[in-house]
Amino acid sequence: MPSSHVIRHKRPTTEPALVRWILITVAMLFLGLFLVIPLVAVFVQAFAKGIGYYLHTLANPMTLSAIKLTCIAAGVSVPLNCLFGICAAWAITKFDFFGKNILITLIDLPFSVSPVISGFIYVLVFGAQGWFGPWLIDHNIKIIFAVPGIVLATMFVTFPFVARELIPLMQSQGRAEEEAARTLGARGWQTFWRVTLPNIKWGLLYGVVLCNARAIGEFGAVSVVSGHIVGVTDTMPLYIQSLYDSYDQTGAFAVASLLTFLALMTIALKELAERKGATLAEAKRKAS
Amino acid sequence: MLLSRHRRVLPGFRLTLGFTLFYLSLIVLIPLAATFAKTGALTWPQFRHAVASPTALAAYRLSFGASFFAALVNAFFGLLVAWVLVRYKFWGKRFMDALVDLPFALPTAVAGITLATLYAQNGWIGRWLAPYGINVSYTPLGVFVALTFIGLPFVVRTVQPVLQDFDQEVEEAAASLGANRLKTFFRVILPVIFPALVTGFALAFARALGEYGSVVFISSNIPLKTQIVPVLIMSKLEQFDYAGATALAVVMLGVSFLLLLTINWLQWWNTRHTHRPE
Repeated sequence: MPSSHVIRHKRPTTEPALVRWILITVAMLFLGLFLVIPLVAVFVQAFAKGIGYYLHTLANPMTLSAIKLTCIAAGVSVPLNCLFGICAAWAITKFDFFGKNILITLIDLPFSVSPVISGFIYVLVFGAQGWFGPWLIDHNIKIIFAVPGIVLATMFVTFPFVARELIPLMQSQGRAEEEAARTLGARGWQTFWRVTLPNIKWGLLYGVVLCNARAIGEFGAVSVVSGHIVGVTDTMPLYIQSLYDSYDQTGAFAVASLLTFLALMTIALKELAERKGATLAEAKRKAS
Repeated sequence: MLLSRHRRVLPGFRLTLGFTLFYLSLIVLIPLAATFAKTGALTWPQFRHAVASPTALAAYRLSFGASFFAALVNAFFGLLVAWVLVRYKFWGKRFMDALVDLPFALPTAVAGITLATLYAQNGWIGRWLAPYGINVSYTPLGVFVALTFIGLPFVVRTVQPVLQDFDQEVEEAAASLGANRLKTFFRVILPVIFPALVTGFALAFARALGEYGSVVFISSNIPLKTQIVPVLIMSKLEQFDYAGATALAVVMLGVSFLLLLTINWLQWWNTRHTHRPE
Protein backbone atom coordinates (compact mmCIF):
# COMPACT_ATOMS: atom_id res chain seq x y z
CA MET A 1 0.00 0.00 0.00
CA PRO A 2 2.54 2.70 1.01
CA SER A 3 4.41 2.42 -2.29
CA SER A 4 1.31 3.32 -4.26
CA HIS A 5 1.17 6.71 -2.52
CA VAL A 6 4.44 7.72 -4.15
CA ILE A 7 2.94 7.74 -7.61
CA ARG A 8 -0.39 9.06 -6.43
CA HIS A 9 -0.84 11.47 -9.35
CA LYS A 10 -0.88 8.55 -11.76
CA ARG A 11 -3.21 6.26 -9.81
CA PRO A 12 -6.19 5.29 -11.92
CA THR A 13 -8.43 4.89 -8.85
CA THR A 14 -8.67 8.45 -7.64
CA GLU A 15 -9.92 11.73 -9.01
CA PRO A 16 -7.96 14.73 -10.33
CA ALA A 17 -6.86 17.12 -7.55
CA LEU A 18 -9.37 19.78 -8.60
CA VAL A 19 -12.30 17.36 -8.40
CA ARG A 20 -11.12 16.10 -5.01
CA TRP A 21 -10.83 19.64 -3.75
CA ILE A 22 -14.33 20.55 -4.94
CA LEU A 23 -15.90 17.42 -3.42
CA ILE A 24 -14.18 17.99 -0.07
CA THR A 25 -15.25 21.64 -0.04
CA VAL A 26 -18.90 20.88 -0.84
CA ALA A 27 -19.06 18.08 1.77
CA MET A 28 -17.47 20.26 4.45
CA LEU A 29 -19.74 23.21 3.63
CA PHE A 30 -22.73 20.92 4.11
CA LEU A 31 -21.42 19.65 7.47
CA GLY A 32 -20.41 23.16 8.45
CA LEU A 33 -23.87 24.54 7.73
CA PHE A 34 -25.75 21.76 9.51
CA LEU A 35 -23.38 20.78 12.34
CA VAL A 36 -20.65 23.32 13.08
CA ILE A 37 -22.72 26.52 12.91
CA PRO A 38 -25.50 25.17 15.21
CA LEU A 39 -22.86 23.87 17.62
CA VAL A 40 -21.16 27.26 17.83
CA ALA A 41 -24.52 29.05 18.01
CA VAL A 42 -25.58 27.16 21.16
CA PHE A 43 -22.60 28.44 23.14
CA VAL A 44 -22.68 31.97 21.70
CA GLN A 45 -26.38 32.31 22.55
CA ALA A 46 -25.85 30.83 26.02
CA PHE A 47 -23.34 33.56 26.89
CA ALA A 48 -25.24 36.36 25.07
CA LYS A 49 -26.01 38.13 28.36
CA GLY A 50 -22.65 37.44 29.90
CA ILE A 51 -21.28 34.85 32.27
CA GLY A 52 -23.21 36.29 35.22
CA TYR A 53 -26.58 35.58 33.67
CA TYR A 54 -25.36 32.16 32.56
CA LEU A 55 -24.40 31.15 36.09
CA HIS A 56 -27.54 32.76 37.48
CA THR A 57 -29.69 30.57 35.19
CA LEU A 58 -27.82 27.41 36.06
CA ALA A 59 -27.96 28.04 39.80
CA ASN A 60 -31.72 28.67 39.68
CA PRO A 61 -33.65 26.13 41.84
CA MET A 62 -35.86 25.33 38.82
CA THR A 63 -32.80 24.43 36.77
CA LEU A 64 -31.40 22.31 39.57
CA SER A 65 -34.71 20.51 39.96
CA ALA A 66 -34.75 19.79 36.20
CA ILE A 67 -31.19 18.47 36.35
CA LYS A 68 -32.14 16.25 39.29
CA LEU A 69 -35.19 14.84 37.50
CA THR A 70 -33.15 14.13 34.36
CA CYS A 71 -30.57 12.31 36.48
CA ILE A 72 -33.33 10.20 38.08
CA ALA A 73 -34.82 9.27 34.68
CA ALA A 74 -31.43 8.34 33.24
CA GLY A 75 -30.27 6.74 36.50
CA VAL A 76 -33.16 4.28 36.49
CA SER A 77 -33.56 3.60 32.78
CA VAL A 78 -29.91 3.17 31.79
CA PRO A 79 -28.98 0.43 34.34
CA LEU A 80 -32.25 -1.46 33.70
CA ASN A 81 -31.84 -1.32 29.92
CA CYS A 82 -28.20 -2.31 30.33
CA LEU A 83 -29.19 -5.38 32.35
CA PHE A 84 -31.87 -6.16 29.79
CA GLY A 85 -29.40 -5.73 26.92
CA ILE A 86 -26.92 -8.17 28.45
CA CYS A 87 -29.65 -10.75 29.21
CA ALA A 88 -31.19 -10.49 25.76
CA ALA A 89 -27.82 -10.70 24.01
CA TRP A 90 -26.80 -13.72 26.12
CA ALA A 91 -30.06 -15.58 25.41
CA ILE A 92 -30.04 -14.73 21.71
CA THR A 93 -26.39 -15.35 20.91
CA LYS A 94 -25.52 -18.28 23.16
CA PHE A 95 -28.57 -20.47 22.49
CA ASP A 96 -30.73 -21.56 19.59
CA PHE A 97 -34.48 -21.29 19.89
CA PHE A 98 -37.56 -20.84 17.80
CA GLY A 99 -38.61 -17.27 17.02
CA LYS A 100 -35.22 -15.67 17.55
CA ASN A 101 -35.48 -13.31 14.58
CA ILE A 102 -38.93 -12.17 15.66
CA LEU A 103 -37.52 -11.42 19.12
CA ILE A 104 -34.70 -9.34 17.61
CA THR A 105 -37.21 -7.37 15.54
CA LEU A 106 -39.42 -6.78 18.59
CA ILE A 107 -36.45 -5.47 20.57
CA ASP A 108 -35.82 -2.91 17.80
CA LEU A 109 -39.46 -1.83 17.82
CA PRO A 110 -39.15 1.26 20.10
CA PHE A 111 -36.72 2.84 17.60
CA SER A 112 -39.36 2.98 14.91
CA VAL A 113 -42.10 4.43 17.11
CA SER A 114 -42.51 8.21 17.13
CA PRO A 115 -41.51 9.70 20.52
CA VAL A 116 -44.94 11.29 20.94
CA ILE A 117 -46.59 7.88 20.50
CA SER A 118 -44.04 6.32 22.89
CA GLY A 119 -45.29 8.60 25.63
CA PHE A 120 -48.92 8.33 24.60
CA ILE A 121 -49.05 4.52 24.95
CA TYR A 122 -48.29 4.91 28.66
CA VAL A 123 -51.07 7.45 28.99
CA LEU A 124 -53.39 4.80 27.53
CA VAL A 125 -52.24 2.26 30.12
CA PHE A 126 -51.81 4.37 33.24
CA GLY A 127 -53.72 7.61 32.48
CA ALA A 128 -57.04 8.56 34.07
CA GLN A 129 -58.95 6.95 31.17
CA GLY A 130 -56.41 4.15 30.68
CA TRP A 131 -56.49 0.45 31.53
CA PHE A 132 -55.22 0.80 35.09
CA GLY A 133 -56.32 4.43 35.49
CA PRO A 134 -59.33 3.89 37.82
CA TRP A 135 -57.40 1.42 40.00
CA LEU A 136 -54.45 3.80 40.31
CA ILE A 137 -56.75 6.70 41.25
CA ASP A 138 -58.44 4.54 43.90
CA HIS A 139 -55.07 3.71 45.40
CA ASN A 140 -53.82 7.28 45.04
CA ILE A 141 -50.84 6.33 42.85
CA LYS A 142 -49.77 8.88 40.29
CA ILE A 143 -47.82 7.64 37.27
CA ILE A 144 -48.86 9.94 34.43
CA PHE A 145 -48.00 13.63 34.95
CA ALA A 146 -45.55 12.45 37.60
CA VAL A 147 -42.01 11.10 37.88
CA PRO A 148 -42.81 7.36 37.32
CA GLY A 149 -44.35 8.16 33.93
CA ILE A 150 -41.26 10.11 32.91
CA VAL A 151 -39.05 7.19 33.91
CA LEU A 152 -41.23 4.69 32.01
CA ALA A 153 -41.28 6.80 28.84
CA THR A 154 -37.51 7.18 29.04
CA MET A 155 -37.13 3.41 29.48
CA PHE A 156 -39.22 2.82 26.36
CA VAL A 157 -37.29 5.13 24.04
CA THR A 158 -33.88 3.90 25.23
CA PHE A 159 -34.95 0.26 25.35
CA PRO A 160 -32.99 -1.17 22.35
CA PHE A 161 -29.65 0.69 22.63
CA VAL A 162 -27.53 -1.78 24.64
CA ALA A 163 -29.17 -4.94 23.22
CA ARG A 164 -28.75 -3.91 19.59
CA GLU A 165 -25.08 -3.10 20.19
CA LEU A 166 -24.29 -6.36 22.01
CA ILE A 167 -26.25 -8.83 19.85
CA PRO A 168 -24.17 -8.49 16.64
CA LEU A 169 -20.94 -8.20 18.65
CA MET A 170 -21.56 -11.40 20.66
CA GLN A 171 -22.84 -13.14 17.54
CA SER A 172 -19.53 -12.47 15.80
CA GLN A 173 -17.57 -13.76 18.82
CA GLY A 174 -19.37 -17.11 18.90
CA ARG A 175 -19.66 -19.45 21.87
CA ALA A 176 -16.35 -21.35 21.75
CA GLU A 177 -14.56 -19.34 24.44
CA GLU A 178 -17.39 -19.63 26.97
CA GLU A 179 -17.78 -23.33 26.21
CA ALA A 180 -14.06 -23.87 26.73
CA ALA A 181 -14.23 -22.04 30.08
CA ARG A 182 -17.10 -24.27 31.19
CA THR A 183 -15.30 -27.39 30.09
CA LEU A 184 -12.31 -26.29 32.16
CA GLY A 185 -14.58 -26.07 35.18
CA ALA A 186 -15.53 -22.39 35.38
CA ARG A 187 -18.88 -21.62 36.97
CA GLY A 188 -21.56 -19.74 35.06
CA TRP A 189 -20.89 -16.35 36.66
CA GLN A 190 -17.15 -16.85 36.43
CA THR A 191 -17.52 -17.54 32.71
CA PHE A 192 -19.46 -14.33 32.27
CA TRP A 193 -17.17 -12.08 34.35
CA ARG A 194 -13.85 -13.53 33.20
CA VAL A 195 -14.55 -14.48 29.57
CA THR A 196 -17.58 -12.72 28.15
CA LEU A 197 -17.37 -9.33 29.84
CA PRO A 198 -13.77 -8.54 28.85
CA ASN A 199 -14.71 -9.36 25.26
CA ILE A 200 -17.77 -7.14 25.16
CA LYS A 201 -16.75 -4.28 27.45
CA TRP A 202 -16.15 -1.71 24.70
CA GLY A 203 -19.34 -2.63 22.88
CA LEU A 204 -21.18 -2.40 26.19
CA LEU A 205 -19.70 1.04 26.88
CA TYR A 206 -20.73 2.17 23.40
CA GLY A 207 -24.31 1.01 23.97
CA VAL A 208 -24.51 2.53 27.46
CA VAL A 209 -23.14 5.89 26.27
CA LEU A 210 -25.72 6.14 23.47
CA CYS A 211 -28.49 4.93 25.79
CA ASN A 212 -27.53 7.55 28.35
CA ALA A 213 -27.42 10.34 25.75
CA ARG A 214 -30.92 9.52 24.58
CA ALA A 215 -32.22 9.13 28.14
CA ILE A 216 -30.95 12.58 29.06
CA GLY A 217 -32.13 14.26 25.89
CA GLU A 218 -35.53 12.65 25.32
CA PHE A 219 -38.14 15.28 24.67
CA GLY A 220 -41.26 14.08 22.81
CA ALA A 221 -42.12 11.00 24.87
CA VAL A 222 -41.40 12.72 28.18
CA SER A 223 -43.34 15.78 27.07
CA VAL A 224 -46.55 13.71 26.72
CA VAL A 225 -46.38 12.10 30.18
CA SER A 226 -44.91 15.00 32.14
CA GLY A 227 -47.68 17.58 32.28
CA HIS A 228 -45.02 20.33 32.31
CA ILE A 229 -45.09 21.40 35.92
CA VAL A 230 -42.00 23.62 36.21
CA GLY A 231 -39.85 22.60 39.15
CA VAL A 232 -41.74 19.31 39.59
CA THR A 233 -42.03 17.34 36.34
CA ASP A 234 -39.77 19.33 34.02
CA THR A 235 -36.69 17.43 32.85
CA MET A 236 -33.83 19.45 31.34
CA PRO A 237 -35.16 19.33 27.74
CA LEU A 238 -38.66 20.23 28.94
CA TYR A 239 -37.29 23.07 31.04
CA ILE A 240 -35.51 24.38 27.94
CA GLN A 241 -38.91 24.56 26.28
CA SER A 242 -40.44 26.31 29.29
CA LEU A 243 -37.69 28.94 29.24
CA TYR A 244 -37.82 29.35 25.47
CA ASP A 245 -41.61 29.72 25.43
CA SER A 246 -41.45 32.35 28.17
CA TYR A 247 -39.05 34.38 25.98
CA ASP A 248 -35.98 33.70 28.12
CA GLN A 249 -33.95 32.67 25.08
CA THR A 250 -30.58 33.15 26.75
CA GLY A 251 -31.67 31.03 29.72
CA ALA A 252 -32.91 28.30 27.39
CA PHE A 253 -29.55 28.25 25.61
CA ALA A 254 -27.68 28.23 28.93
CA VAL A 255 -29.40 24.96 29.91
CA ALA A 256 -29.02 23.74 26.30
CA SER A 257 -25.27 24.37 26.48
CA LEU A 258 -25.01 21.84 29.33
CA LEU A 259 -26.76 19.21 27.20
CA THR A 260 -24.61 20.12 24.19
CA PHE A 261 -21.49 19.67 26.28
CA LEU A 262 -22.78 16.23 27.30
CA ALA A 263 -23.46 15.43 23.64
CA LEU A 264 -19.85 16.26 22.77
CA MET A 265 -18.65 14.05 25.65
CA THR A 266 -20.89 11.30 24.29
CA ILE A 267 -19.30 11.55 20.86
CA ALA A 268 -15.80 11.48 22.37
CA LEU A 269 -16.57 8.40 24.50
CA LYS A 270 -18.23 6.74 21.53
CA GLU A 271 -15.11 7.30 19.41
CA LEU A 272 -12.97 5.84 22.20
CA ALA A 273 -15.19 2.75 22.57
CA GLU A 274 -15.22 2.27 18.80
CA ARG A 275 -11.46 2.51 18.48
CA LYS A 276 -10.70 0.27 21.49
CA GLY A 277 -13.31 -2.23 20.34
CA ALA A 278 -11.75 -2.42 16.87
CA THR A 279 -8.26 -2.87 18.39
CA LEU A 280 -9.56 -5.68 20.63
CA ALA A 281 -11.25 -7.43 17.70
CA GLU A 282 -8.09 -7.10 15.60
CA ALA A 283 -5.91 -8.52 18.40
CA LYS A 284 -8.25 -11.50 18.81
CA ARG A 285 -8.30 -12.10 15.06
CA LYS A 286 -4.49 -12.20 14.97
CA ALA A 287 -4.28 -14.45 18.03
CA SER A 288 -6.62 -17.08 16.62
CA MET B 1 -38.75 -25.56 26.84
CA LEU B 2 -38.20 -24.19 23.42
CA LEU B 3 -34.91 -26.03 23.14
CA SER B 4 -34.54 -29.53 21.90
CA ARG B 5 -33.36 -32.13 24.39
CA HIS B 6 -29.63 -32.16 23.77
CA ARG B 7 -27.48 -30.83 26.59
CA ARG B 8 -26.54 -27.18 26.73
CA VAL B 9 -23.04 -26.39 27.87
CA LEU B 10 -23.65 -22.76 28.78
CA PRO B 11 -25.90 -21.81 31.68
CA GLY B 12 -28.56 -19.17 32.11
CA PHE B 13 -30.86 -19.82 29.17
CA ARG B 14 -34.11 -19.84 31.11
CA LEU B 15 -33.10 -16.95 33.35
CA THR B 16 -31.94 -14.60 30.58
CA LEU B 17 -34.67 -15.44 28.07
CA GLY B 18 -37.28 -15.27 30.83
CA PHE B 19 -36.15 -11.82 31.93
CA THR B 20 -35.88 -10.67 28.30
CA LEU B 21 -39.45 -11.69 27.49
CA PHE B 22 -40.81 -10.33 30.78
CA TYR B 23 -39.15 -6.93 30.39
CA LEU B 24 -40.02 -6.70 26.69
CA SER B 25 -43.68 -7.43 27.42
CA LEU B 26 -43.84 -5.00 30.31
CA ILE B 27 -42.18 -2.03 28.65
CA VAL B 28 -42.98 -2.49 24.98
CA LEU B 29 -45.59 -5.08 24.05
CA ILE B 30 -48.35 -4.46 26.62
CA PRO B 31 -48.40 -0.66 26.20
CA LEU B 32 -48.41 -1.04 22.41
CA ALA B 33 -51.22 -3.60 22.65
CA ALA B 34 -53.19 -1.09 24.75
CA THR B 35 -53.10 1.38 21.86
CA PHE B 36 -54.57 -1.16 19.46
CA ALA B 37 -57.16 -2.29 22.02
CA LYS B 38 -58.24 1.31 22.55
CA THR B 39 -58.67 1.78 18.81
CA GLY B 40 -60.92 -1.28 18.79
CA ALA B 41 -63.26 0.62 21.09
CA LEU B 42 -63.71 3.41 18.54
CA THR B 43 -66.64 3.33 16.12
CA TRP B 44 -65.82 3.40 12.40
CA PRO B 45 -67.16 6.97 11.84
CA GLN B 46 -65.13 8.15 14.85
CA PHE B 47 -61.99 6.53 13.45
CA ARG B 48 -62.62 7.86 9.95
CA HIS B 49 -63.30 11.33 11.21
CA ALA B 50 -60.00 11.35 13.11
CA VAL B 51 -57.70 9.89 10.46
CA ALA B 52 -59.23 11.42 7.31
CA SER B 53 -60.10 14.94 8.46
CA PRO B 54 -58.64 17.79 6.33
CA THR B 55 -56.27 18.65 9.21
CA ALA B 56 -55.00 15.08 9.34
CA LEU B 57 -54.59 14.85 5.56
CA ALA B 58 -52.61 18.10 5.50
CA ALA B 59 -50.44 16.80 8.34
CA TYR B 60 -49.73 13.53 6.48
CA ARG B 61 -48.82 15.51 3.37
CA LEU B 62 -46.35 17.71 5.24
CA SER B 63 -44.90 14.86 7.34
CA PHE B 64 -44.37 12.50 4.42
CA GLY B 65 -43.31 15.25 1.98
CA ALA B 66 -40.80 16.97 4.26
CA SER B 67 -39.42 13.63 5.49
CA PHE B 68 -39.02 12.41 1.92
CA PHE B 69 -37.16 15.50 0.70
CA ALA B 70 -35.03 15.64 3.86
CA ALA B 71 -34.06 11.98 3.37
CA LEU B 72 -33.35 12.65 -0.31
CA VAL B 73 -31.02 15.55 0.49
CA ASN B 74 -29.36 13.38 3.14
CA ALA B 75 -28.92 10.54 0.63
CA PHE B 76 -27.10 12.85 -1.78
CA PHE B 77 -24.95 14.73 0.72
CA GLY B 78 -24.54 11.66 2.94
CA LEU B 79 -23.02 9.75 0.04
CA LEU B 80 -20.74 12.70 -0.74
CA VAL B 81 -19.64 13.03 2.91
CA ALA B 82 -19.04 9.26 3.23
CA TRP B 83 -17.03 9.30 0.00
CA VAL B 84 -14.88 12.23 1.05
CA LEU B 85 -14.28 10.77 4.54
CA VAL B 86 -13.28 7.33 3.22
CA ARG B 87 -11.34 8.26 0.09
CA TYR B 88 -9.53 11.54 0.73
CA LYS B 89 -7.09 12.90 3.26
CA PHE B 90 -7.56 16.43 4.51
CA TRP B 91 -7.09 18.60 7.56
CA GLY B 92 -9.76 18.16 10.23
CA LYS B 93 -11.07 14.92 8.76
CA ARG B 94 -11.16 12.96 12.02
CA PHE B 95 -12.96 15.78 13.81
CA MET B 96 -15.59 16.06 11.08
CA ASP B 97 -16.02 12.29 10.97
CA ALA B 98 -16.78 12.21 14.70
CA LEU B 99 -19.02 15.28 14.46
CA VAL B 100 -21.33 13.50 11.97
CA ASP B 101 -22.87 11.75 15.00
CA LEU B 102 -23.89 15.06 16.60
CA PRO B 103 -27.58 14.74 15.60
CA PHE B 104 -27.66 11.34 17.36
CA ALA B 105 -26.15 12.73 20.54
CA LEU B 106 -27.71 16.19 20.69
CA PRO B 107 -31.13 16.36 22.40
CA THR B 108 -33.81 17.24 19.85
CA ALA B 109 -35.05 20.19 21.91
CA VAL B 110 -31.57 21.75 21.72
CA ALA B 111 -31.48 21.18 17.96
CA GLY B 112 -34.94 22.71 17.72
CA ILE B 113 -34.26 25.99 19.53
CA THR B 114 -30.86 26.35 17.83
CA LEU B 115 -32.16 25.86 14.29
CA ALA B 116 -35.19 28.07 14.98
CA THR B 117 -32.87 30.85 16.18
CA LEU B 118 -30.37 30.46 13.34
CA TYR B 119 -33.01 30.48 10.60
CA ALA B 120 -35.22 33.21 12.10
CA GLN B 121 -35.36 36.43 10.05
CA ASN B 122 -32.73 38.06 12.24
CA GLY B 123 -30.74 34.86 12.78
CA TRP B 124 -27.20 34.12 11.58
CA ILE B 125 -28.44 32.22 8.53
CA GLY B 126 -31.97 33.58 8.21
CA ARG B 127 -30.81 37.18 7.70
CA TRP B 128 -29.00 36.20 4.49
CA LEU B 129 -32.12 34.51 3.12
CA ALA B 130 -34.70 37.12 4.17
CA PRO B 131 -33.75 39.69 1.46
CA TYR B 132 -34.62 37.05 -1.16
CA GLY B 133 -38.02 36.53 0.44
CA ILE B 134 -37.03 33.12 1.80
CA ASN B 135 -38.33 32.50 5.30
CA VAL B 136 -37.29 29.24 6.94
CA SER B 137 -38.30 29.35 10.60
CA TYR B 138 -42.06 28.93 11.16
CA THR B 139 -42.65 27.70 7.56
CA PRO B 140 -42.76 24.21 5.98
CA LEU B 141 -39.17 24.88 4.86
CA GLY B 142 -38.20 25.00 8.54
CA VAL B 143 -39.71 21.55 9.05
CA PHE B 144 -37.55 20.33 6.18
CA VAL B 145 -34.38 21.88 7.69
CA ALA B 146 -35.01 20.27 11.10
CA LEU B 147 -35.69 16.86 9.55
CA THR B 148 -32.54 17.13 7.43
CA PHE B 149 -30.51 17.82 10.57
CA ILE B 150 -31.83 14.86 12.57
CA GLY B 151 -31.50 12.44 9.63
CA LEU B 152 -27.98 13.50 8.64
CA PRO B 153 -25.91 10.66 10.19
CA PHE B 154 -27.92 7.73 8.80
CA VAL B 155 -26.74 7.65 5.18
CA VAL B 156 -23.14 8.51 6.10
CA ARG B 157 -22.99 5.72 8.67
CA THR B 158 -24.56 3.05 6.43
CA VAL B 159 -22.53 3.88 3.29
CA GLN B 160 -19.17 4.47 5.03
CA PRO B 161 -18.39 0.84 6.02
CA VAL B 162 -19.38 -0.51 2.59
CA LEU B 163 -17.17 2.03 0.87
CA GLN B 164 -14.35 1.19 3.27
CA ASP B 165 -14.54 -2.53 2.43
CA PHE B 166 -14.81 -1.86 -1.29
CA ASP B 167 -12.13 -3.73 -3.19
CA GLN B 168 -10.22 -1.12 -5.17
CA GLU B 169 -8.84 -3.74 -7.53
CA VAL B 170 -12.23 -3.74 -9.20
CA GLU B 171 -11.78 -0.04 -9.91
CA GLU B 172 -8.31 -0.67 -11.28
CA ALA B 173 -9.75 -3.31 -13.55
CA ALA B 174 -12.43 -0.88 -14.75
CA ALA B 175 -9.76 1.78 -15.37
CA SER B 176 -7.51 -0.60 -17.27
CA LEU B 177 -10.47 -1.58 -19.42
CA GLY B 178 -10.79 2.07 -20.41
CA ALA B 179 -13.55 3.37 -18.14
CA ASN B 180 -13.14 6.93 -16.91
CA ARG B 181 -13.74 7.84 -13.25
CA LEU B 182 -17.33 8.93 -13.71
CA LYS B 183 -18.21 5.77 -15.61
CA THR B 184 -16.41 3.64 -13.01
CA PHE B 185 -18.38 5.34 -10.27
CA PHE B 186 -21.79 4.86 -11.85
CA ARG B 187 -21.21 1.41 -13.33
CA VAL B 188 -18.90 -0.23 -10.77
CA ILE B 189 -19.01 1.53 -7.39
CA LEU B 190 -22.60 2.78 -7.19
CA PRO B 191 -24.19 -0.67 -7.77
CA VAL B 192 -22.22 -2.05 -4.80
CA ILE B 193 -23.11 0.75 -2.37
CA PHE B 194 -26.67 1.18 -3.64
CA PRO B 195 -28.36 -1.13 -1.05
CA ALA B 196 -26.56 0.69 1.76
CA LEU B 197 -27.63 4.01 0.29
CA VAL B 198 -31.28 2.94 0.13
CA THR B 199 -31.08 1.54 3.69
CA GLY B 200 -29.69 4.85 4.94
CA PHE B 201 -32.42 6.73 3.08
CA ALA B 202 -35.12 4.53 4.65
CA LEU B 203 -33.65 4.94 8.15
CA ALA B 204 -33.49 8.74 7.76
CA PHE B 205 -37.04 8.79 6.38
CA ALA B 206 -38.40 6.63 9.23
CA ARG B 207 -36.68 8.79 11.83
CA ALA B 208 -37.94 12.02 10.24
CA LEU B 209 -41.50 10.76 10.10
CA GLY B 210 -41.73 10.37 13.88
CA GLU B 211 -39.66 13.41 14.84
CA TYR B 212 -41.25 15.86 17.25
CA GLY B 213 -38.74 17.72 19.43
CA SER B 214 -36.81 19.68 16.85
CA VAL B 215 -39.77 20.44 14.57
CA VAL B 216 -42.05 21.81 17.27
CA PHE B 217 -39.67 24.76 17.79
CA ILE B 218 -38.84 25.67 14.19
CA SER B 219 -42.38 25.23 12.85
CA SER B 220 -45.28 27.54 13.68
CA ASN B 221 -47.43 24.37 14.06
CA ILE B 222 -50.48 25.91 12.39
CA PRO B 223 -53.08 23.28 11.42
CA LEU B 224 -53.38 22.72 7.64
CA LYS B 225 -50.16 24.67 7.05
CA THR B 226 -47.16 23.77 9.17
CA GLN B 227 -48.40 21.00 11.43
CA ILE B 228 -46.79 17.56 11.19
CA VAL B 229 -48.53 14.38 12.39
CA PRO B 230 -46.74 14.01 15.77
CA VAL B 231 -47.58 17.65 16.59
CA LEU B 232 -51.20 17.02 15.57
CA ILE B 233 -51.34 14.00 17.92
CA MET B 234 -49.88 16.16 20.67
CA SER B 235 -52.47 18.91 20.12
CA LYS B 236 -55.27 16.32 20.26
CA LEU B 237 -53.86 15.10 23.59
CA GLU B 238 -53.74 18.63 24.94
CA GLN B 239 -57.44 19.00 24.06
CA PHE B 240 -58.13 15.64 25.77
CA ASP B 241 -59.35 14.21 22.43
CA TYR B 242 -57.93 10.76 23.29
CA ALA B 243 -60.04 8.96 20.67
CA GLY B 244 -58.66 11.13 17.88
CA ALA B 245 -55.09 10.82 19.18
CA THR B 246 -55.40 7.02 19.44
CA ALA B 247 -56.68 6.69 15.88
CA LEU B 248 -53.85 8.82 14.50
CA ALA B 249 -51.31 6.97 16.63
CA VAL B 250 -52.45 3.64 15.22
CA VAL B 251 -52.10 4.91 11.65
CA MET B 252 -48.56 6.12 12.39
CA LEU B 253 -47.69 2.88 14.20
CA GLY B 254 -48.86 0.93 11.15
CA VAL B 255 -46.62 3.03 8.90
CA SER B 256 -43.68 2.61 11.31
CA PHE B 257 -44.04 -1.18 11.41
CA LEU B 258 -44.20 -1.29 7.62
CA LEU B 259 -41.04 0.81 7.45
CA LEU B 260 -39.34 -1.39 10.06
CA LEU B 261 -40.05 -4.50 7.98
CA THR B 262 -38.82 -2.73 4.84
CA ILE B 263 -35.62 -1.65 6.60
CA ASN B 264 -35.03 -5.19 7.92
CA TRP B 265 -35.42 -6.51 4.40
CA LEU B 266 -33.12 -3.79 3.02
CA GLN B 267 -30.46 -4.64 5.59
CA TRP B 268 -30.68 -8.29 4.66
CA TRP B 269 -30.36 -7.30 0.98
CA ASN B 270 -27.42 -5.08 1.89
CA THR B 271 -25.42 -7.82 3.69
CA ARG B 272 -26.20 -10.36 0.99
CA HIS B 273 -25.22 -7.87 -1.69
CA THR B 274 -21.89 -6.85 -0.17
CA HIS B 275 -20.83 -10.33 0.97
CA ARG B 276 -21.74 -12.06 -2.26
CA PRO B 277 -19.77 -15.27 -2.75
CA GLU B 278 -17.31 -14.98 -5.60
